[in-house]
Amino acid sequence: MATVVAVIASTHHPFYYKASTATGEDRPPFADEWVRKITAFRETLTRARPDVLVMVGSDHFHQLWLDNMPQFLVGKAPFYDANFYNEEREFGLPRMLLKGQEDLSAHVLRAGLDAGFDLAFSNELRIDHSITCPIITLRPEADLPIVPIYTNIFAPPLPRPKRFVQLGQAVRDIVESWPSDLRVAVVGTGHLSLELGGPRQFGPHGPDPDFDLRAIEWIATGDLDRCLAEVTLDSLHAPGNATHGFMDFMLMMGVAGAGQKADHVDSLDLFHTREAYFTWYPNGVDA
Amino acid sequence: MSKYLLDKFLYTVDRDPDLVERYREEPRATVTWWEAERANAVLNCHTGEASTWLRFTDEEREALATHDHVALFSLGAHPFLTLTLFIAMFERDHGPLEYQQAFGARLAHFAMPYPDIAT
Repeated sequence: MATVVAVIASTHHPFYYKASTATGEDRPPFADEWVRKITAFRETLTRARPDVLVMVGSDHFHQLWLDNMPQFLVGKAPFYDANFYNEEREFGLPRMLLKGQEDLSAHVLRAGLDAGFDLAFSNELRIDHSITCPIITLRPEADLPIVPIYTNIFAPPLPRPKRFVQLGQAVRDIVESWPSDLRVAVVGTGHLSLELGGPRQFGPHGPDPDFDLRAIEWIATGDLDRCLAEVTLDSLHAPGNATHGFMDFMLMMGVAGAGQKADHVDSLDLFHTREAYFTWYPNGVDA
Repeated sequence: MSKYLLDKFLYTVDRDPDLVERYREEPRATVTWWEAERANAVLNCHTGEASTWLRFTDEEREALATHDHVALFSLGAHPFLTLTLFIAMFERDHGPLEYQQAFGARLAHFAMPYPDIAT
C-alpha cells in the first residue's frame, strides 16, 4: 500500500512569489527572512522524497461558481493548467502546468464515496493559487504529479469544521489504502485570521493576532479537541471575514491525526496576515 | 435582494480584462449593458442558454453604477469579489497598499456581524 511520508499544512500567501523574486528597491524588507523560512520549510518536503502530492486547497471563484458550487471536489485529470488572469494581474503569478495522478484520483473518489463523502469531481480543472502557492514554496520544480482536492471555505452555506476534520481523517486512510508502492505527501493550505474586503484588511498584522497564536498552538500540538471546541462556523467570523479558510488547516490536522505533534513548526508575522508552516512525518523523518 | 446577481456582475467583469477597463471608465453604461445582455447568461451551461428572471434592484444597480464599494458591502456582495475587482481598477492610481488601506478605512463604521453574504 502507499505510504504517507509527509503531511504539510501551510498558509498560501499569493505575494510570496513576487516578494521573493523582487530585487533592488522593489524588494520588501521582510523578503529575505521570508525566503529563509520557506527554504527551511521546503527542505521538510524534500527530505520525505515524495512521488505524489495530494494537494488540498480552495478555488477562489475561478472555475467554481455559485451556479454549481461543490462543497468538496476531487480533480481527476492527466494535467492541470494553473493560475488565472486575475492572479497574474494582482499577484504576478506565472502560468503553470502540473501533471495529474489519475489512479490515485480515482481511488480517492471511489473510496471517499464509499466512506460517506459525496465528493464532486472534475476532469478538466484549472487550479489557482491555493494549490500553486505551495508548489512555488515547497516544490518549485513542479515535477510531481498531483491530486487536487478543493474545499468550499468561501461561499456559504459551508460544511461545518468537524466535517473538514473528518474528511482529513478519511483522506489519510484512503491514501494509505491505495494499492501502490508510491510515497505520498499530503499538502494543504488555508489561512489563520484574515480579512478581505472588510474594515480590518491590510493592517500592520493579521486582524486577530491572539487567534493566530492559539491556532498555531492547536495545530502544532494536534489538539483537535480544543480546536473543535472553540471553532464554529459562527465563531470564525470574529477573527476576520475570510478566516473560514482556517478549516483547511483543520482538515490537515485530521490528516495528521489527533494528538500528533508537528515535527516542523514555523511562522512569520507579516502585514495583513500571519504566515504559518507545519510538517508532520507520520512514519518518522527517515521512513 | 439579488446578492447572487451582484456577485455575478463582479465575478464576470473581474475575469475579463476589457470589461475591467470598460467598467472603470464608464460604470453606469457598463452596468446598463451588462444587465441587458449578460445578467441572464448561464455561466456553467453550454453556449446560448439563458435564464429569464435575473435583474438588479434599483439600490444594487446604483451601487454598481457609482462604484460604491461601501454600499456593495452593505448589500452583502461577496467582499472578496468586490476587493479584487476594485484593486484591479483603482490600485494603479495610488502608492503601494494605499488603495487597499483606504478601502478598509471607508468601511470602518461596520461592526460585527458584517452584512450576510450568503446567496
